Order: sequence, then structure tokens, then C-alpha cells
Amino acid sequence: MSAGRYETVIGLEIHVQLLTSTKLFCACPAEFGGEPNSRICPVCLGLPGALPAVNREAVKMAVLLGTALGCDVRSRSVFARKNYFYPDCPRNYQISMFDKPLCENGVVELDSDDAPVRIRIERVHLEDDSGKLIHESDGGSLVDFNRCGVPLAEIVTMPDLRTPAEARMLVKQLRQLVRYLGICDGNLEEGSMRCDVNVSLRNPGETELGTKTEIKNLNSFKAIESGLEAEIVRQAALLDAGKEIEQVTSLWDSQHRESVVMRSKEKAHDYRYFREPDLEDLVLDEGLLKKVESLMPELPRERRGRFVDQYGLSDYDSVVLTSEKEIADYFEEVARLSGDPRSSSNWIMREVMGELNNTGKDIRSFGVSPEGLSELIKEIASGRISATAGGEVFGEMVRSDVEPGDAIASLGLEQVSGEDEISEMVGTVLEAAPDEVRRYREGERKLLGYFVGQVMKMSGGRANPSKVNEILKERLH
Amino acid sequence: MHDLTSLTAIELLGLYERGETIPSKVLRACLDGIESKEAVVGAFLHVDAEGAMARASKLDAEGIGGRPLFGVPVAVKDNICTSTMPTTCASRILGSYRPPYDATVVRRLEDAGAVIVGKTNLDEFAMGSSTENSAFHTTRNPWDESRAPGGSSGGSAAAVAACMVPVALGSDTGGSIRQPASFCGVTGIKGTYGRVSRYGLIAFASSLDQIGPIARDVEDCALVMGVLSGEDPLDATSIAGDTEFWKDSSGGGIDGLRVGLPLENSKWEMDLDVRELFDQAVNAIIESGCTTGGARLPEMDKSIACYYIIANAEASSNLARYDGVRYGMRSDADTLTRMYEETRGEGFGAEVKRRILLGTYVLSSGYYDLYYSRALHAREEIKRDFRKIFEQYDAIILPTTPEPAFELGERLDDPLSMYMSDIFTTPASIAGLPAISVPVGVTVDGLPVGMQVIAAEGREDMVFRVAGTLQRSFGFNKRYYSLSDESGEGDR
Ligand SMILES: [Zn+2]
Repeated sequence: MSAGRYETVIGLEIHVQLLTSTKLFCACPAEFGGEPNSRICPVCLGLPGALPAVNREAVKMAVLLGTALGCDVRSRSVFARKNYFYPDCPRNYQISMFDKPLCENGVVELDSDDAPVRIRIERVHLEDDSGKLIHESDGGSLVDFNRCGVPLAEIVTMPDLRTPAEARMLVKQLRQLVRYLGICDGNLEEGSMRCDVNVSLRNPGETELGTKTEIKNLNSFKAIESGLEAEIVRQAALLDAGKEIEQVTSLWDSQHRESVVMRSKEKAHDYRYFREPDLEDLVLDEGLLKKVESLMPELPRERRGRFVDQYGLSDYDSVVLTSEKEIADYFEEVARLSGDPRSSSNWIMREVMGELNNTGKDIRSFGVSPEGLSELIKEIASGRISATAGGEVFGEMVRSDVEPGDAIASLGLEQVSGEDEISEMVGTVLEAAPDEVRRYREGERKLLGYFVGQVMKMSGGRANPSKVNEILKERLH
Repeated sequence: MHDLTSLTAIELLGLYERGETIPSKVLRACLDGIESKEAVVGAFLHVDAEGAMARASKLDAEGIGGRPLFGVPVAVKDNICTSTMPTTCASRILGSYRPPYDATVVRRLEDAGAVIVGKTNLDEFAMGSSTENSAFHTTRNPWDESRAPGGSSGGSAAAVAACMVPVALGSDTGGSIRQPASFCGVTGIKGTYGRVSRYGLIAFASSLDQIGPIARDVEDCALVMGVLSGEDPLDATSIAGDTEFWKDSSGGGIDGLRVGLPLENSKWEMDLDVRELFDQAVNAIIESGCTTGGARLPEMDKSIACYYIIANAEASSNLARYDGVRYGMRSDADTLTRMYEETRGEGFGAEVKRRILLGTYVLSSGYYDLYYSRALHAREEIKRDFRKIFEQYDAIILPTTPEPAFELGERLDDPLSMYMSDIFTTPASIAGLPAISVPVGVTVDGLPVGMQVIAAEGREDMVFRVAGTLQRSFGFNKRYYSLSDESGEGDR
């Protein structure tokens, strides 16, 4: 990737599908999927005579998002109509916000390793989603309106990003945020978070923006980065050749790694925005703002700091454990139950997250409960099983969905710490290896490890290693 | 024996209460009237004789049960959604469209015991002032069949005037209830914006549209308004408020009220008979014991320009949904764009296309500031002007239209002169104020003339009181035109 000698300027528009139970302007379920056209009514279909009525739940979620992004919340915002013809848009206008959006002037700090990067948020506003076209092989098209009217919060950033990596980082961070807020599942592939990027190049030191192009609907972190990279290379090549950049809107074809132009400026839409006359101004009263305040959870950055302070975790561990709210919650629960935050952190970072990575599972559907894991940690601490055996027990808990106690019993992993039992095994091992015993006594001390290994082997790994060491040293004297 | 078709809703209720008649008998009389007069008047686009009769028979059996519109036959303008009848907006593009749901007003009428008889004709999508812009047929003025009934609720006004039904619903965007009521010699009111839920009213211009009743007198209008009014969770712009007392407000007299008279009226271009009747109306008001004074009305020219910009802008967006994709008419074409173009080209009539184009133009990025935002600004000024007037006065009166019903076809080729027939009705629409048209007399040619009473936001009671006084002074509600009557005009 190279912008050559140019400076890259990137801005993002991110649509966040809000997890309300009903749609933005009617009482239809907002749930994803369903039999085509089974979740529709006159309002979301925009049938003649039907009128929108605003879902306060969606307003709350959007305000929550705006507040978390440090925005000013308008006490009076205004819905507008955005007019365009498209078959999945049943009124042929979208109800969105234009010059008086719900939230404005926020800022996000990128969690970058280098100097902190501040990205200004221009606005967060509410709008309704459109339906979905299904293109058939015979050239015909069908429309599914189930998604029509699902509430979206649109986040628009200022053009403060400078690299595709920053863009990807920001989207990742926003995804983490909306999941923390519990207002969106953040699934880019399924379209519950959709990202459009604007990019332009300019000579270093210039303050004017160059002609920008837009790439719509980038549906993975990889697509965001590679789509931007390709576009930057394309623009740089044009500028190097002394050509003009044409203001276009394209779609990213991730398979062929190229952008496909949708429309150029000459064909750009005149959306003829005007105030939506079917809706009153959206007035936020004190009650709603208070409610939002009370709903605001601890955000990732604060939680990270707290993990370092409260549990004595490293910065790295804190970042990993707070990457998802559910994992952080899981950790805190295990730490509380086991009383050992450090071990809890280690177990979750290695075993739990490793398992999740391997299986592609989600912590929410993970079989080992915080109670189970904390039991396991306690069993190790108490010496009932060895740390090594703990790994096996964990594996069994994942596989068979059993409690640690049952796994220890069924695997026969209970640690043997009895003096007599270990002494007997030590005796047998020493008897079977007179040569080694002699060499040890002659000074070859490293053979101790060999004897320990033999005893452990004999015990099937169950013997308490420190006890074994102790007795061996005694007997070899 | 009463002629059941010439009674008011309140008179009918009296008969029901005294057990002197039953809903099915009244409905039969109305249906017979429709059958005999419809060929000439053409007030209806759809009559549901069977459904209405089934409903009336059910009401016969149930009894009145405190229902305020029990057994009252009502016609509904065909831009109001009914799930049991087609709803076409008098447009080819909606053909035989049958909505899957009922408008809130339809539900409220039925809950109140009314019998919905059918759907009345209108100017396509309520755009027009003569009901000649219907894609299906022209409605004629019962007082003179060569003349227009007014528009766009011409079908509803004509149905009431011709005694086909005692009450009909119309919709008023810039005068579409008041102007045809005036042309047809009946009473019609548009309430405060938001007073009646618009849910199920097929939108023309959302910030102006209001449903309201057309009836034979002020009292019936108050009664029906009471039934229709009230906040509706399905319409975010609907308003709450006590409407019960309106029923009695028309009889309240106007002693001690302050009524404003337009100062500019000497400059208005007006038919001489209309001017004469306006002067008589002013005298009647003064004689009834209220104080009067000059009121500087918002400039009428400004109002009408502002109205046509805002209404058409909203219409261009509201009518975008008729594209052939989901319902109604669809023209055959190879590509999506051509399908849109041909469906809309063939489906919409000339007036609708004209307004969509005008509305699209005034909202387009190059002209928005020049037209639309200036119109919004003018709208605020008009509202302010009215607020000033109503600090001083309880109501104002002015003619509903500058002249009586014009000849059919006379203005079809001259849209601007057609628009001018709304010149006195648009100011109240722009400002969202309650306004009524009440008939006060006829011209030398025997054409009815209506006076308009406008009051402050939320003060329908004032509108009813002043209109009630005019009604008592002129007694016009006791006169009606009946096609079966040789003289053309008769007293009950
Ligand atoms: Zn719906």
C-alpha cells in the first residue's frame, strides 16, 4: 500500500442496527431474518395513509451511543425525508435526520500503541433501514421488506483518519463500544454494522481536502483495510499521472479486490431533504436523559484501567480481557468466586480464549461456567490436583459438560500426597535402578529429575511432585 | 311522515331514541336516494349497499346503546382507507386498491354506530378545486348540474347536498372541505391541525391535510367532530383536548364575543352577490350582540403562494410511493426505471403530474432556498399575523370563496384561476387553524354562498358559536336542493 508522497484523509459513516424489540416507526418485530415479508405492517411498508410513530427505545439507544462517543445531545432534533427511488424503499423516501441530528460533536480516542489519535465524531443520528432485494437467476427480483423500518444509528466521523489501519482500528473500537452498550451485536458480515468510507489524497501541508470518493458497504475489517488501500493506490496513481480524481461512489468487490463504481457525481442524487411532516420534533425530556445516564455501563477504557488497579493485571491482560464485555464479565465472576484474579486471568487468557478461538464459539454459549472454572482453580490451589492435571480436567469439562469434581474423579486425577503411598513408589523406583542410585550418591545430582519422572510416571501423574522430591532426597541420603 | 333523507344526524338520533324508525329503514331511504340521483350527481366512486345494509340490520337489533352516531349513514371520501371497500384517491394508479386496514376515523365512526355507505368522488389525490380531476368521472353540483361541486371533497359535499347521506367525511388541505361545502350549500369544518387523526388518510400534503365532516348544519358538524377528534397513538401529529362541549357550543350565542372583520375586503376581487351576502353576515353578527373591528389578515397572495409551494413539495414526496412495485397499477417495461416512468406516466393525471413536478422543483438543491425555505418563512409570518389577530378577537369571518360554483370545464385549462378559488381558505390551512364554512344564502342565479369562520388554534368552540349564529340568522340549513323536486329548491 502506498499513498506515495500524498497525505491520506479518511472519514467513516457507520450504520449500527439497534437491538430494539420493535421497529423504529411501528410495532413490528425488529428481529433479524424470518420468512420473507412476515414481519411487516402498513406503517413499515409505507402503505398509503399509514404514518410513522417514533419508538422511544431506539431513541434511548441512539442517545446512549452518542453520549458514549462524547457527543452533545440535542434536546430537540428533527426527522427529515431523504427522497430517492429504489424498490426496497417502500415510501421511496427514507426517514432520517438531516440538519438537526440527535447527537453532535463527539470524539473518540483510538487505542493505538503510539501517540493517542483523536477522531472527531460529526454526528450520530437515527434513521430507518430499507428492505432487501433478492435477485433471481432468471433476472427477476423479489423484495423482502422484513428489515424495512429496523432502527439504525448512523455514526459520521470527521475526516480525521490518516491510514486504512486507523480506519479498521476505529471500526473495531466502535464495534466493541456498541456491544458494551448492548445496543447492537456488531456483526459486520450479517450487516448489523455497515461501514462506508470516504477517502481523498492531498499534498502534505495542504489544508484543503482533495476530491473524495466513497466506498459503500464494507462488510469486514479486512474489507475496510484492503478497500481503502486499493482506493488510495488508485487515486495516487491518477494524481501522479496529473489526472483529476472523479467524485464517485463505489462498492468493494472483496473477491476481485477492486471497487466497482456505482454512480458518479453527475448522476449523484439530489435527495431533496425536507422536514418529515408526519413527525413532531423529537424532544428529549429530563426523564429520558436521566434514564440514559443510568443505563450507561462502564466503558472498555475505564474497565481496562480498573482491571489493572483492582486485580493487579498487566496492561496487556487487561486489554485482552476487556475486549468483549461478556469476557470481562466472565473474568470478574471467576475472579470473585475463586478469590484469585491472577490465576483467573491466566486460565481465561490461555485455556478459555484458546478454546473459543479454536472452536469459533462465543463466550455466551461457552460450556464452562464461571462457577466451574473457579472450582477448578480452587482444586489446583488446594493441591487436590496438579496444575498439569488441571489442563486435562478443563478439557474434560469442555468436552463433557461436567463439574470439575466429577472430571477429576472420572479421570482419576486426584493428586496423591500420602507419605506412605509415595514412599512405597519411591522404594520401588530406587530398587529398580541401582546403577542410577549409585551414580547419584557419587555426585551425579541431576539424576534426581530422572527419579522424580519415574515416580510421576508410576503414579500416572497424580503424585504430588513436591512430596515426591522431598521423600526422594530423604531416601537417597 | 318524515322524508328520512333530508334529516340531520341529530334529528335521526331523536327518531331512533323515540323508537320512531330504525337504521335499516333510514339506510334504505338513503340507498334509494343514491340510486335515483347518482346518475346525474356522480357523487360516489363506490357504494357498498350490501355491507351497509348488513351493518344497519345489526344495529336495528342492537339498539342505540348511547352511541353518538347510531344508525347515521355516512359517506367517506375515497382518500380515506377502508378495508372493506376500495380506496382509489380517484386515481388510475390505485385502480381497485383495497387497503388492508381502516383509517382511525373509520374505526371511530363505526365505534360510534355510524353506517358507512360508500366512498365519494374527489379530485385525484385531493388535488383540485372542482372534482373534475377525478380519473373516473366528474361530480356535478346538485344545485346546478352544469356547475362544479367544488373540490377536492366535491363528492362528499354533493352527496350531502343531494340528500344522499346526512353526513360525509371530506379532507381539507387548502380548503377542500370548506370550498365544496360553500359551492354546495352545506356546512363543513376543518379543525385545528392535528385535531383529527390522519392515520389512514392517503396523504396529499402532510403538514396541511385534515379530515373533517360535511353535514347539513353546524350542530351535526360539532357532533361528528366530537366523534372523530382525539389523540391517536398512530398519528404523531394528533392532539388531545376536550371536545365534548362542542356539541352545545353552536347554540351558545355570541353575545359579548369579539369578531374581526378583514380590513382588506374592499380590495378583494369578489362576486357582487358574495360581497352583498358578506355584508349581510357582518350585520347579522353585529345584531347578535358581539363587538366587531377591523383585522389585518395575512396577505392572501402570500398565503396562496406559500400554500402551493409547501403542499406540492410534500406531495411530490408523498406520491413517490406509487411506483408500480408493491400495489396498484404497474405498466409493463423492460427495465426498472422504465417501469417507474411508464407506471407513473400512465397512472397519474395531468394535475397530479403538474404538482409533483412543481414540488420536486421547489425542493431541488438549486431552488430549495429560493422557494421552499422562503415558503416556510412566510408560513411562520402568517401564523404570527393570525396570533396577533386572535389576541384581539375570538373569531374572524370572511367569505369561503370569492364567487359561487363555477361552470364545469370552465377552468380546467387554466390551473392558476382554479387555484385562486382557494384564496380565502388557504390562510387558515397554512396556519393550522380551525375554520368552518356555513351557507348563508344564494346568488341571483340561485347558487349557494358560504361564509367562513376562523378561530385561534384549538378554539373550535368559537368557530361553532359564530357559525351557529350565522346559521340561525339566515336559516339556510333548512333549505336544500333536491333533484326530485321540480322547483329545484324546497323547504322541508
Ligand atoms: Zn411495521
